[in-house]
Amino acid sequence: MGYSGFSLLKHAVTGNRRWPDVLAEPEMRASYDIVIIGGGGHGLATAHYLTSNHGITNVAVVEAGWIGGGNTARNTTIVRSDYLLNASFQLKHFALKLWSDLTQDLNFNVMYEPRGYVDLAHSDGELEHFTLRANAMQLRGADAAILTGDSLQQRVPELDLSGAKRFPVAGALVQEAGGVVRHDAVAWGFAQNAAAAGIHIFQNCPAISFDIDAGRIIAVTTPKGRIACKQVLISVAGSSSEVAQMAGVDLPLTTINVQALVTEPVKPALDTVVNYNAGLSYVSQTSKGEFVLGGATDGYASFARRGSFERIEDVLARAVQMFPFLSRLRLMRHWSGSADIPMDGNAIMGRTPIDGLMINAGWGYAGFKATPAVGWCMANLLATGDMPDLVAPFALERFANGAEQDDAGIGPYPWLH
Amino acid sequence: MILLPCPNCGPRDEGEFTYGGPQRQLPSLDGQSGTDDWLKALFHPQNPRGPMVELWYHASGCEAWIEVTRDTGTHEIIDVATNRLRDDKQ
Repeated sequence: MGYSGFSLLKHAVTGNRRWPDVLAEPEMRASYDIVIIGGGGHGLATAHYLTSNHGITNVAVVEAGWIGGGNTARNTTIVRSDYLLNASFQLKHFALKLWSDLTQDLNFNVMYEPRGYVDLAHSDGELEHFTLRANAMQLRGADAAILTGDSLQQRVPELDLSGAKRFPVAGALVQEAGGVVRHDAVAWGFAQNAAAAGIHIFQNCPAISFDIDAGRIIAVTTPKGRIACKQVLISVAGSSSEVAQMAGVDLPLTTINVQALVTEPVKPALDTVVNYNAGLSYVSQTSKGEFVLGGATDGYASFARRGSFERIEDVLARAVQMFPFLSRLRLMRHWSGSADIPMDGNAIMGRTPIDGLMINAGWGYAGFKATPAVGWCMANLLATGDMPDLVAPFALERFANGAEQDDAGIGPYPWLH
Repeated sequence: MILLPCPNCGPRDEGEFTYGGPQRQLPSLDGQSGTDDWLKALFHPQNPRGPMVELWYHASGCEAWIEVTRDTGTHEIIDVATNRLRDDKQ
C-alpha cells in the first residue's frame, strides 16, 4: 500500500474508515533464505535493505510482540553522531546520512528534524574532553561546535545559566545535524516497505528453538511452524541473551531497565535536544508539545520493563536545573524498555560461532540513532557474506582479543554505561 | 522501586545501595585456568530472566556487601545474606 495526496484525500472523504491493513498476515512458508528474529527498527531496516539494496525477498521477520511495541518506540527519538571513537562515530554518521533521506526512500514520513543536539559540559575538564570529541568529529567530516556563555545562551534561550548551580554549565558540544525522528514511524515505514516488496512479517510469533546441524543453523521453530533457512539474524535487544542461548551462544550482556517520561503538551518552548551530563537527563519537545525526558539506566539487572522512582526523580531534578519552567508541568506517561549492555557499552554485530547465525545486540539504550545504518550493513553481510568495514569493529570476538570499544571510558560496569 | 531487606539494617530503599552486579565465580589462580575461563569470568555475566544472586553495597547504611537473590523478571527479593550470616548458617 502506497501513500499519496490522492489516497489521503480519497480516504478523508470516507472518514478514514476504509484504509486497508498496512501489514497483511501472510501464510508462513516451510522455508526462507533468511529469517530475521526481532521486528524492531534494526530487524525491519535489515529486511528493507535486503530487498531494496540486494533484491532478496525470500525473507521472514518473526516478532514476539507487535511492530512498534519494543524499544524502537520506547526510546526518546534522538539521533546524533557525536562519538569520539572512530568505529562508533562512523556507523552513526552513516546513519545520519540515511536518516536525512529516509522519508523519501520509504515514502513514509518519519519526521526527521535536524533540530540540533546540545550536549552540556559541567566543568572545564569536561569541556576540554568535549572539545576533543568535537575536533575528532570535524576531522572526520561532521559538523560540531563548542559553544560557551552568550553563544550557548543564544542557541538555547530557554536554558537557565543564571545563579550558583551545583553543576554549573561550562559549555556545550552542539551537533546541528542531530535531532529527532518519529520512532514508531521508523518501524512502520521499514515494515511496510519490506512487506510490500514480498518479505513476510509475522507478529506475535516468537522464536522458540533453533535446529543446528554440524555447527550450522538450519531451522527456526515458531508457534506458527518450523522454518527451514540458510541464515538467521538475531536482533532482539533486551532478550538477546535468552534467544542466543537457545543456539548455545553465550553473549556477554547484562539486561537493564531504562525509563522515559512525557509531560503534558504545551506550546512550543524548546526547539532543540539538550542533554545534561552531570548524571544524565535528555530533554526535547515533541511536535505535539509534550516534553520527552530520559536518563541513565535504572542501574541494576532487570527484565521487568518497570522502573523505579529513584531514576524518575533523578531525571526530573536535572531537567529542572536546565529548564526551571518544567517544574510546573505534570507528567502524563512514563514507560520502560529492556536494554542489553556489554562490558564496554557498545554494540555486538556480526557472526557467531554458529555458521549462518548472525547477531545484532548490545545496543543498550543507544541503538535507535543507528537504525538505518545497522539495517544497511547487516543486509550487506547477509546478502554477500562480506563483513562491512563499519561493522567489523563490533565483532563478538573483540572481548577475547582485547579490542573493546568503550566510548565513555566507564569500564566493566554495564549498568553504568 | 526496590526495597532491599538489609540483614543488618532492615528494609531500606534501593537509593541507599550501590549495585555490585551479578555474582560471578573467578577462575582459580593456580595457573590451570585458560583464556576462555577468564573471558567468561570477566565479560560474560549471568543474565537470566528470573532468580539471580547479585551483590549490593549498603553505602548509606551498614557499609556491608550484601548478597541478594532477586528475580530480574519481577524484582521480587527471594533471599538476602552477608558473608558472616552465611558462614553462621553453615
